[in-house]
Amino acid sequence: MFQQKLEETVLSSKPSKLNRFFHSEFFYNYRKSPTAVISSIMILSAVLIALFGPMITPQDPYSLAGLNLSDAYKPPAWIEGGEAKFFFGTDQQGRDIMSAIIYGSRVSLYIGFVGVFFAAMTGIVVGLIAGYAGGRLESIIMRIADIQLSFPSMLIALFLMTTFGRSVTNVLIALTLIGWVRYARIVRGETLTVKKKEYIEASKVIGFSNIKIIFQHVLPNVLTSVIVLSTIQVGSFILIEATLSFLGLGVPVIRPTLGMLCSDGFAVLYSGLWWVSFFPGLYIVFIVFGINLFGDFLRDELNPRLK
Amino acid sequence: MIIVLLVVSFIVFFMTSVIGNPVHTMLPERASQEQVDQVVKMLGLDKPLHVQYLIFLRNALKGDFGRSYTHFQPALKLIFSRFPATLEIVVVAMIMTIVFGITFGVYAGAYPRSRISKGIMGLSIAGISLPSFWVGMVLIFFLSVRLGWFPVSGRGTVGSLLGIRTSLATLDGWRHIILPSITLAGINVATIIRLVRAGMLETMRQDYIKFAKAKGVSSRDVLFKHALKNILIPVVTIFGLQLGELIAFTTITETIYAWPGMGKLLIDAINNLDRPIVSAYLLFVAVLFVVINFVVDILYTMIDPRVDL
Amino acid sequence: MSEQQKILEVKDLKTYFYTHKGVVKAVDSVSFDLDRGEILGIVGESGGGKSVTGFSLIRLIEEPGQVVGGEVIFKGTDLLKKPESYMTSIRGKEISMVFQDPMTSLNPVYTIGKQLEEVLILHDNLNKEQRRRKCIELLKSVGISNAESRLNNYPHQFSGGMRQRVIIAIALASNPDLIIADEPTTALDVTIQAQILKLMKQLSKETNSALILITHDLAVISELTDRVNVMYCGKIVETGYTQDIIRHPAHPYTQGLLSSIPNIDEEKKRLNTIPGIVPNMFDLPEGCKFAERCPYAQEICWKQEPEGTNRGKRHEVYCFFPLGSEDSHE
Repeated sequence: MFQQKLEETVLSSKPSKLNRFFHSEFFYNYRKSPTAVISSIMILSAVLIALFGPMITPQDPYSLAGLNLSDAYKPPAWIEGGEAKFFFGTDQQGRDIMSAIIYGSRVSLYIGFVGVFFAAMTGIVVGLIAGYAGGRLESIIMRIADIQLSFPSMLIALFLMTTFGRSVTNVLIALTLIGWVRYARIVRGETLTVKKKEYIEASKVIGFSNIKIIFQHVLPNVLTSVIVLSTIQVGSFILIEATLSFLGLGVPVIRPTLGMLCSDGFAVLYSGLWWVSFFPGLYIVFIVFGINLFGDFLRDELNPRLK
Repeated sequence: MIIVLLVVSFIVFFMTSVIGNPVHTMLPERASQEQVDQVVKMLGLDKPLHVQYLIFLRNALKGDFGRSYTHFQPALKLIFSRFPATLEIVVVAMIMTIVFGITFGVYAGAYPRSRISKGIMGLSIAGISLPSFWVGMVLIFFLSVRLGWFPVSGRGTVGSLLGIRTSLATLDGWRHIILPSITLAGINVATIIRLVRAGMLETMRQDYIKFAKAKGVSSRDVLFKHALKNILIPVVTIFGLQLGELIAFTTITETIYAWPGMGKLLIDAINNLDRPIVSAYLLFVAVLFVVINFVVDILYTMIDPRVDL
Repeated sequence: MSEQQKILEVKDLKTYFYTHKGVVKAVDSVSFDLDRGEILGIVGESGGGKSVTGFSLIRLIEEPGQVVGGEVIFKGTDLLKKPESYMTSIRGKEISMVFQDPMTSLNPVYTIGKQLEEVLILHDNLNKEQRRRKCIELLKSVGISNAESRLNNYPHQFSGGMRQRVIIAIALASNPDLIIADEPTTALDVTIQAQILKLMKQLSKETNSALILITHDLAVISELTDRVNVMYCGKIVETGYTQDIIRHPAHPYTQGLLSSIPNIDEEKKRLNTIPGIVPNMFDLPEGCKFAERCPYAQEICWKQEPEGTNRGKRHEVYCFFPLGSEDSHE
């Protein structure tokens, strides 16, 4: 009995990882900050809507069967002539704007997150290579990075999409090509620092163990910067994709994104159908704003405190 | 610098020679093989790739990018003719960026705890989250279509100011330029505010600021004489990039406002597969950026005495 | 008559820092006087409140710190009650300050000529030519050769010692009545330290400016100062003429500081240190703050804060069992 009690006490007194997180300073500051909480709710809701939205929308705006031309040109529900069913109104083909937004946000968010993932992976790998290899290779890579940074990413994206043609893959490739640079710089800097330290310590050790050591040491140190950078990049990528789609250079028409909805709406803007482009754009703002707010909070939290 | 241009030119060439087949835009669908061959020969597409590149380069240096497939005028000349219109909105947007960005950024950095500062920062985060095309549409709809304060689109009447032909010389021109400039400047202002504020916070923490106060310098002078010059250094370096961003975003702004500038020309050219214009635009803009960066570097050495040329 | 001699009377000065973790009483009821032309040292360990005292005098305390009480009577006027505009007119002119780190005290984007001139523009009525001549004169007086050409140099073109000289020149530019020097030589090479200190003493005597020298280095105190305040945890624990204090320290802390100065002539295997560490400023003990580390502490020391006891001319000690008295247990 006593043995049992002892074990229980010992086991229960060791806090689980989750427990530790909820008691950490980070979580404390998170709870205290209204912007952090609100922005993370915003992001979470956007993700949930994207994942589960299609189950609750009144119609699937992209199956022609569901569309009824007599539903066209309906204003938002709170304006005269609107219907509760089509809360944000309909476009010139009878498509429910709200459903369109929900479907559109899936693609937009997908591209945003996946794009950042690939850009980050590429950038980290290139950064590691540059830092580890040193010499000519490093100089060349960093030179390319610097030059690329001196050109606005929007223009590069525009150009790439013009060349490659419209497809989801191409958009992802373009975003990766734009986004790798900042990750590479951070990782390369850290690799150099670690390399210096390791060189002195591990001068007796030759071969692959060096690479492994560097890998193991670089990644944890870089983690916070990468996380902060990624939050900013997601917002940025979503905006770039939206802009590309608006110009007709993004993903193909069959998988409309929020940007494309705006562009469709632009055509009817002057005839007074403001809601067709207003709400998709507003939702973009909602998503990106939430991401940026949260990114700001993360940046202040995760960076070494200067007090 | 030259290397950059060469690399860019190569990339431009490579990419544009891969875009669709320009032959088909020039000929009807059922053209005979003979006609196709003729056009191919005319466009020089039958020659091996590296020869094409050299020809391209040689012509580019002469300023010859070929004739626009849709406008039938020399591509570069077309771009030059549209450049002033773009320059107008870029200049006005830049002025807005500088005035609002620096003022609000300095304030938010000098008095970070004040309510106004927190408001400014909140707005600035919103600012960088806004897609410019949406802002443009909202502005047009509410201020032009609904309220009628500003014209819906287009460039205003062109007059003469200091010997230059520009729409800024006429009141009508200003009425037309306000909305596009605001749309263009929006994100930039937000970015500059954040940058200047961060720079201010960093600078105000420095010892020399405290020392200046100990000398009896007034708070205002501490801000504007001691702090400001120090933050100009990082700000100037970003300016070059900002200018680049502005030029890049004219593509969207001009499309929305039907502004007859380079940006719209480019977008139309892309949609029409008008290869000469695309390559001319890209190289023109590349040269522009290289020049801007160069000027920024020079400015940088002028402001920071620690940097040697 | 002696009242006219006093240029500064600090009474019960309190400066507290309000942080997330709690309140730090950096300066807790500090009182002292200063005569015209006198050199007063404030000595103690890092974090003991010395620098904060200095900054509090000219009210350069920034958030989250605040001067919360007391009086700072400078030439008859209580500075703590005056508006900021008054302080701006005094700073640099009647009270000036020398900072610790010469590498960061000067603005890197302006020439030192300009920064030197700034003080003159703010406080004196000279025309451009006169200012220029005065700047050159000032640079010469602090021992900078080629003064004229160096006016156009930027701070990064000077060495640390030279920059500190420039800063001293700036401090002296308007003939202040009081100079506060916060660890002016800590950041410099030992060889330069001696030069700078000698310079400061010389200039102070020449211009009859009072000098408050804040340092953790007792050796510096013994060389330069007329009188000294020993501070610990925000309080003055002993004050008096430097020679008296060095020869007959009355507070165990002072004694500890003195005995930890390495003596080259003595044969010793280990350096003396004061056992223990400075207490956590967020959680100061009741009673005498030094009790934990004091070899002579008794029960009352842990319960009450000691009052001042007089030990000689202007020699006060704040201890229940000062050294060298019948009560102590030496």
